[in-house]
Amino acid sequence: MSDTPDKKNNQEDNDSGRRDFLRMGILTAGLAIAGGGLRKVFSEDHSATGEKVQAMTADGKLIEVSSSHISEVNCCAAPSAESRVGIPGKKYVMVIDLSRCKNAMKCQKACQKHHLLPTHDKYLKVYKMQDSPEASPYWMPKPCLHCDKPPCVKVCPVDATFKRSDGLVLIDNERCIGCRFCMAACPYSTRTFNWDEPLQPANINEYTYSPESSTPRKKGTVEKCDFCPDMLKQGLLPHCVSACPNGVYYFGDANEDTVTNGDETLKFRQLIKDKAGYRYMESLGTEPSVYYLPAVNRLFPFEEEAPTENI
Amino acid sequence: MKDLEKPHNESEAIDMLHRYNEDVLPQKFGKAGMIWVSFLLAVIVVGLYNYVQQLRYGLVVTGLSDTVSWGIYISNFVFFVAISLVGSLITAVLHLLNVKWRAPLTRISEVIAVSAIVFAGLIIIVDMGRPDRLLNMFIYGRIQSPIVWDVIVVMTYMTISVLLLYFPLIPSIAYCRDHMKNIPKWQHKMYTFLSLNWKDTNGQYAIVSKAIKILSIMIIPVALSIHTVTSWLFATTYRPGWDSTNFGAYFVAGAFMVGAAAVVAAMYILQKFYKNYDQYFTDKHFDRMGKLLVLLSFVYLYFSVNEYFIPGYKMKGEEAEHLKELFVGHYAPMFWTVQIFGMIIPIIVLLFKKGRKPLPIFIMSVFVILGAWFKRYLIVVPTMLHPLTPMDRLPEAAKHYMPTFAEWSITSASLAGALLLITLFVRYFPIISIWELAEERDIPHHTIYKNLNK
Repeated sequence: MSDTPDKKNNQEDNDSGRRDFLRMGILTAGLAIAGGGLRKVFSEDHSATGEKVQAMTADGKLIEVSSSHISEVNCCAAPSAESRVGIPGKKYVMVIDLSRCKNAMKCQKACQKHHLLPTHDKYLKVYKMQDSPEASPYWMPKPCLHCDKPPCVKVCPVDATFKRSDGLVLIDNERCIGCRFCMAACPYSTRTFNWDEPLQPANINEYTYSPESSTPRKKGTVEKCDFCPDMLKQGLLPHCVSACPNGVYYFGDANEDTVTNGDETLKFRQLIKDKAGYRYMESLGTEPSVYYLPAVNRLFPFEEEAPTENI
Repeated sequence: MKDLEKPHNESEAIDMLHRYNEDVLPQKFGKAGMIWVSFLLAVIVVGLYNYVQQLRYGLVVTGLSDTVSWGIYISNFVFFVAISLVGSLITAVLHLLNVKWRAPLTRISEVIAVSAIVFAGLIIIVDMGRPDRLLNMFIYGRIQSPIVWDVIVVMTYMTISVLLLYFPLIPSIAYCRDHMKNIPKWQHKMYTFLSLNWKDTNGQYAIVSKAIKILSIMIIPVALSIHTVTSWLFATTYRPGWDSTNFGAYFVAGAFMVGAAAVVAAMYILQKFYKNYDQYFTDKHFDRMGKLLVLLSFVYLYFSVNEYFIPGYKMKGEEAEHLKELFVGHYAPMFWTVQIFGMIIPIIVLLFKKGRKPLPIFIMSVFVILGAWFKRYLIVVPTMLHPLTPMDRLPEAAKHYMPTFAEWSITSASLAGALLLITLFVRYFPIISIWELAEERDIPHHTIYKNLNK
């Protein structure tokens, strides 16, 4: 947390460079696979910065282009009806290692960017937790827990929010009536509501809505963390997982019994067993797909200050 | 103010019924009536303007946030549903109990019930983020959702209530059709249309009486259901203050109490503005309604004690935070005002015979009604401010809830709308059902009406 502002900016530049690189890769891979039948999800305007980024073309050459010429094209977010079917054979789980979290907030930042979220809407929150007055506080990232017995899905009057075979709980915002019963029912305060017309890029209407990317966002509907199924379909990790500098998040498939934080791949069940993994508010019986590893033997001491923009 | 007397012979009976029917014929608004209607219309127009703004800009015009995602629209909805239970109380429960003084109160209570349930339906649409997708409820409705249960029972209740208002009204409309002169043509046409060719035959009365009896029985389980299911919208969640098995009975008890108060208030206002009504709404009626109200208040007190004392005794975790906020915290002034003025003082006053005179019982009823509105606010909002997750890193706006002017104005418009509906009904229809009154007193009204019409 001792980064000077300059350092921070440099880091961000590097980050965005890496992301754009990845995007270009996705773009070209998508082009190669799916030809013209692509669904673009969104693009961001980089023209103001005029920065150059490296990108890989379809035939593997590394080129440098102006970042304003790059737009993200997503091959993998299905429209509403198709998105109700899970990815075959998968049962996604997440393990969050609380001993590694130092409140860097990179996860939230990546999430905000990918889902076009303004600062007051957060799919992913990082709570300051303290289990008893004597215990040291710790940071606890909280995405949607994608419960196996989701209270939100149970109460939805129109089947707008649904549970898929791969464990994901998604929202179809072409169907949501905005009654907000799911928000009252969710004990984890996961869901957010579009109280007004969401601020989005001007060309957003060119893109097809998908519950798998939760974009374009729609006024008067409920939204939440979606575990980035558009990434999962490409065999990539959700944005929070790949953005975390400390390897807090492990993501994977319970059927394969593996989870990875990008650096290391571990046996899911063994990890939970060895490190006394638990689920948030287990007593409610919601059976979350997200497990936490207790904040013991921490990598970082708890520091109170928090990046102001994230509060 | 004297109670209606039983006539000694048929000619006296004819004379009496004729007089009574003339008494209750709808009258044109006086100056006060015009001011009242203009006031209501003004409130509605401002509310409609704000609703149009809400449609344009979204629910951002309200004070709601991701933390307090249900606010006064929802608490107002619960209030409307609660009030609407009075129809079933007076028309059905008292009817089946064969209570002999209820006839003059049936129509006004049924009008209150219908108006309230209509506006309960409307205010819930106002709360929706996407009212344009209302039909999704019917296209994609899922029976697992308590909202779908609520839609089903509210629509059923609305239907039965409208019929329970309309069937006993037909003979009265027919009387207006035949005996009201110097009225605009459209009004006469409306009476002719709505009276369904009513001819005061014994057969017609038999059908209407039977229909009323069947509906009176049908409406009781539906009435209990609407408010029980409404309470389940909260009780099916995990939130402190809502996660209660007491909620159904607690809500129903509160609903009967506020409903009875609403009828008392309506009786008082009607007999103030229509002088000849005081022979129908007599001191005896106020006294009996007072006794009923105090009984219902005791029942509500019992469930309230269960609702607050038991969790308050244990004071577990999040529940304790919520209760402290109500008992001694931010919401304590409102909480204790509501408990004391909305329940305790009315109970004490109404226990005494003098307290059940028209004026004191009217004042107590107003206390009960206001208390009931704010009580529902206290049921909805403080709980939302105590989620199970930590709040310290939320944006400031998500830590508080203060309804905006737009929200107040739309909510007020719904209340004004319900009052306008009741007012217009009183303007165009007899608010006391004379034939039911005659029946209650064993006056052979069938033959009398036929003679009257000759």
